[in-house]
Amino acid sequence: MARVVVDVMPKPEILDPQGQAVANALPRLGFEGITSVRQGKHFELEVADDVDDATLAKIAETFLANPVIEDWVVRRVDA
Amino acid sequence: MKIGVITFPGTLDDTDAQRAARYVDAEAVALWHADADLHGVDAVIVPGGFSYGDYLRAGAIARFAPVMRSVVEAAGKGMPVLGICNGFQILCEAGLLPGAMLRNAGLHFVCRDQWLRVENNTTAWSSRYEQGAEIIVPVKNMDGRYTASQATLDELEGEGRVVFRYVGVNPNGSCNDIAGITSANGRIVGLMPHPEHAIDALTGPSDDGLGMFYSALDAVVTA
Repeated sequence: MARVVVDVMPKPEILDPQGQAVANALPRLGFEGITSVRQGKHFELEVADDVDDATLAKIAETFLANPVIEDWVVRRVDA
Repeated sequence: MKIGVITFPGTLDDTDAQRAARYVDAEAVALWHADADLHGVDAVIVPGGFSYGDYLRAGAIARFAPVMRSVVEAAGKGMPVLGICNGFQILCEAGLLPGAMLRNAGLHFVCRDQWLRVENNTTAWSSRYEQGAEIIVPVKNMDGRYTASQATLDELEGEGRVVFRYVGVNPNGSCNDIAGITSANGRIVGLMPHPEHAIDALTGPSDDGLGMFYSALDAVVTA
């Protein structure tokens, strides 16, 4: 088994009001110096050894992310 | 004339959509997400709600339901399909309509009566309206901000495929004030507002929504 991480983020040109709300809250909480926040999704998959990278990319592109609005990155990590 | 209305786990507005179909003297046929059989219907409504809890993204899981494979196949042959709210999100995820829906720009769930302008009265679901008519129907959603690439928006605008546009207030920050769009052949329409909640002045702000269901009758009869 391998652990695979898929990070999904709104495309740079997509307005991210949730990220903005987080960014706007930080100074109110006393945290200074944070100029921007973007909010996305992080998936951790436990994957059998015979699942290849092409399959993982297809999972990310066709299901975990919507390529109209989101970018995605697949990484294999040490469990 | 049979109008099928799909129920997914988490669908809310199937009963109102069935009622709207009956209001125009169509037979409302309940379709189940796990059943690929469309039971001989002439048109399909994908109603609103929170299918599969909107987990992952609104509509992302519903589009893999067995019934949706049949809807995509039937739509390819020209069957009229109407996606309302969550149904619109599902049609976008299924690739039947271009673009995607994002969280409302104001981050609030919006629920209000909303004015819309009919921008295209040649689709299967809008032919009973006057071009440019303004109608009032409820809108109620969390993820209603229609978004598409600039190229897609240019294509939709250039081909007259924006069917309904918000008038006055844009409730969710959608691109170009878009409330609803259609497929290239005009048979598939998706919109965020809820025509099925505006079919009788007793229970809605107007009966302006009825025109969409009457339009589908014409589309099937003339097809």
